[in-house]
Formats: sequence, structure tokens, C-alpha cells
Amino acid sequence: MARIVGGVTTSHIPAIGNAMTEGLENTPYWKRFFDGYEPVKRWLEDVKPDIALVVYNDHGLNFFLNNIPTFAIGCADRYDNADEGWGLKTLASFEGDAQFSWHIAESLVEQHFDIATCQEMLVDHGFVIPMALMWRHLPKWPVKVIPFAVNTVQHPIPTARRCYQLGKALRKAIDSYPDDLKVVIFGTGGMSHQLQGERAGMINVEYDLQTMESVISDPEWLARQSTSEIIENAGTEGVEIIMWLVMRGALDDQVKVVHKHYHTPISNTGAGVLVLQNAA
Amino acid sequence: MVWRKHDYDKIPGTYVFDGKHAHSAYNLNKLLFSFNSEENRREFARDKAAYADKYGLTPEQKKALLEDDFLGLLRMGANIYYLAKLCVPRGFTVQHAGAAFQGITPDEFKAKLAQKGEGLIEKLERVGGYWNG
Repeated sequence: MARIVGGVTTSHIPAIGNAMTEGLENTPYWKRFFDGYEPVKRWLEDVKPDIALVVYNDHGLNFFLNNIPTFAIGCADRYDNADEGWGLKTLASFEGDAQFSWHIAESLVEQHFDIATCQEMLVDHGFVIPMALMWRHLPKWPVKVIPFAVNTVQHPIPTARRCYQLGKALRKAIDSYPDDLKVVIFGTGGMSHQLQGERAGMINVEYDLQTMESVISDPEWLARQSTSEIIENAGTEGVEIIMWLVMRGALDDQVKVVHKHYHTPISNTGAGVLVLQNAA
Repeated sequence: MVWRKHDYDKIPGTYVFDGKHAHSAYNLNKLLFSFNSEENRREFARDKAAYADKYGLTPEQKKALLEDDFLGLLRMGANIYYLAKLCVPRGFTVQHAGAAFQGITPDEFKAKLAQKGEGLIEKLERVGGYWNG
């Protein structure tokens, strides 16, 4: 049977990708941020997942405003990165597991989460930066992937609670897959940042740290907040934090903290990293 | 015919990309989305006004686009991620855009951000359990 070996959270802002591309990891500005991923990489080497299910939001690469699914899952054997308008070098393609993806889609719909399925799906920085943060030191991606897109761009976006519930359904979907696979779930995005408007540049460290503790031991705290409350505290783009609850919902109620890291500012953002395992 | 009100409408300096914004700026966002293609970026660079007309922008949208009026574009409904497709290839980062939104220089904007990291380690120690090298 498939089983979840743990969950990881990470920011996915483009500035991280630029820093990796330009080899700035050891510069004073970036060192503390990147060093905090070394324990994550070691943990991944220990648990050796077969599959990374990456919960992220598309920022206008695969989905345009003519069609915005609230939740969408990639159901392909391969996913490509592509130009998002910035003319950057694209990353190597990712191998998918279509059978597993379709199983998850079926199971979620049976559990009344009517997810959109995508047989072609370009993956943008929201997906590729987490992958690069974990595994860019290897010659090839060591896992197959399942891209799992949550709309956090075009409001109305799903509520925090809905994301948490979705995670619980995802857990059942993964647990019921007959293949003997180890799955890691990435909850990406956040933490507090606002790119737009006169309020651009807001970072709310207190709220970020509360969110970190909530995701560990009291997901209800975040799950009960409205979209407006989260925007007010974490910023219009920081609302991506709801995707961490998809990851958290897929774990047991009690979790063990393997690693906890926070740094700010990276570009305009508060950056939080968690590695969580089921306590039992 | 009325746009629904939201709690987030009251947050100052914030333009949540909801139906109201998206509806009025569909063509504008479609134009910005087209910049995913390098060929389109080149076409825009050759004749910006013609490119705006091709996508059916309103005179106000066109004016803001041609003048790099980021705040104006945002207020008219441009999505910030789509706006990035206009800014980044031309050397403006999101921090330049953030500075423009506030009417300050990028260096001033970055200095304000750097302040957010002050006293961070003490804050993390107060909560406890954080990695710190």
C-alpha cells in the first residue's frame, strides 16, 4: 500500500529560483535561508520517497483566467516547465505517475472533492522551485511527481478549512492505493507577503510564527480563519499559506517536528520550512 | 447589477483580484498573459500601442500600459502575477513594482523590507525549536 512518509512546507517565490540559478546560496543575504534546507535534504535522503505530491498554485502559466479550476491534479506521465514570461532557463521535465494520479482523482471525487484532471500541465515556479530546493544537487529528479494545483490567484479561492478537509481526503486516497509507494507531500507558498498595491512589502513575522505553530499542533487555528482575515494578516499573496493545510490534513492529528526553520526577508517574503512526520 | 462587498475591501492599499477586478480587465490580463511567449514580447516591444489595440484595451488601460503606470494598471484590474510578465523581462523586479506602488525608490523599498528581519533570532528563540545553523 502507498503511505505518507511526511510533509514538507516551503516558500516558492521566484527570487529563490533566481538565487539558485545565479549561485547566490552562500552570499550573506541568502545563506541562512538556504542553509536551513540542508536538514530537509538529509531527511529526504533518509526516507527516500518514491513520489512527491506537490501542492502549489499556478501563477498564470498553465491556467489563464478563461479557465480557473479551484483544485486540479496532473494526470500525466510527464510534466514540463516553461517560460512564464521572464525568459528564464527552464528546468528538466518531471516524470509523473498517471495511474496514481487518476486513483487520487477518483478517490477524491468519491469523497465529494470534485477536482479537475489535467492530462497536460505546464508547471511553473510554484512547483519547480520546491523541487529544485530539495533535489537540485542530484543529476536527475529522484522521485515521480503529482502536481496538485490550488487556485489562490483568482478570488473566490477555497477557504482554509476546505484545504484542510481536502488534505484529509487526500490521505484516504493515498492510503487506499495498492502500490507499495512512499509519498512525501509538499505544501508550498507563503509565508506573509504582499506584492501589490500601496501595502506591498508587508511582512508579518508574528503571524508567520503563529502559523508555523498552528500547522504543527493546532491546524484549527488557521483553518477557521476567513480569506479576508488571512489576507489582512499575511497579505494578498501570503494567502497561499492555505496550501500548507492541504499537506497538514494528509498527516495524522499528532505529528512529530523533524525540522523547523524561518527566515525573513527573502525578497518581499517571510519564508517558513517545516518537516513533519506522523507521530505514531 | 451590483458587485458583492467583502471584508477585504477595507484593507488599505490592497486590490484583491476578485470577479470585479478580473471582469473589467480581462483583455488587459489576456495581453499580459500573452507575454509568456517570447515572440509576443518582441511584438509588444516593436509597437506597444498597436499591441494594446490588438487586445482591445480601453484608452485608460492603454495609457497606463504605455506609461508603465503599474499602480494604475493594478487599480484597473491587472493581476499582479500577470503584471510581473510585463515588468520582469524589462529588468523591473517585483521590488521595483512595490516601490512604484508606494512612490519610493527601490532602495528605500528594500531597506524597509530589511527592517522586517531585525530581531528575528530573538523572536525565534522566544517561540523555541527553530533551526539556527
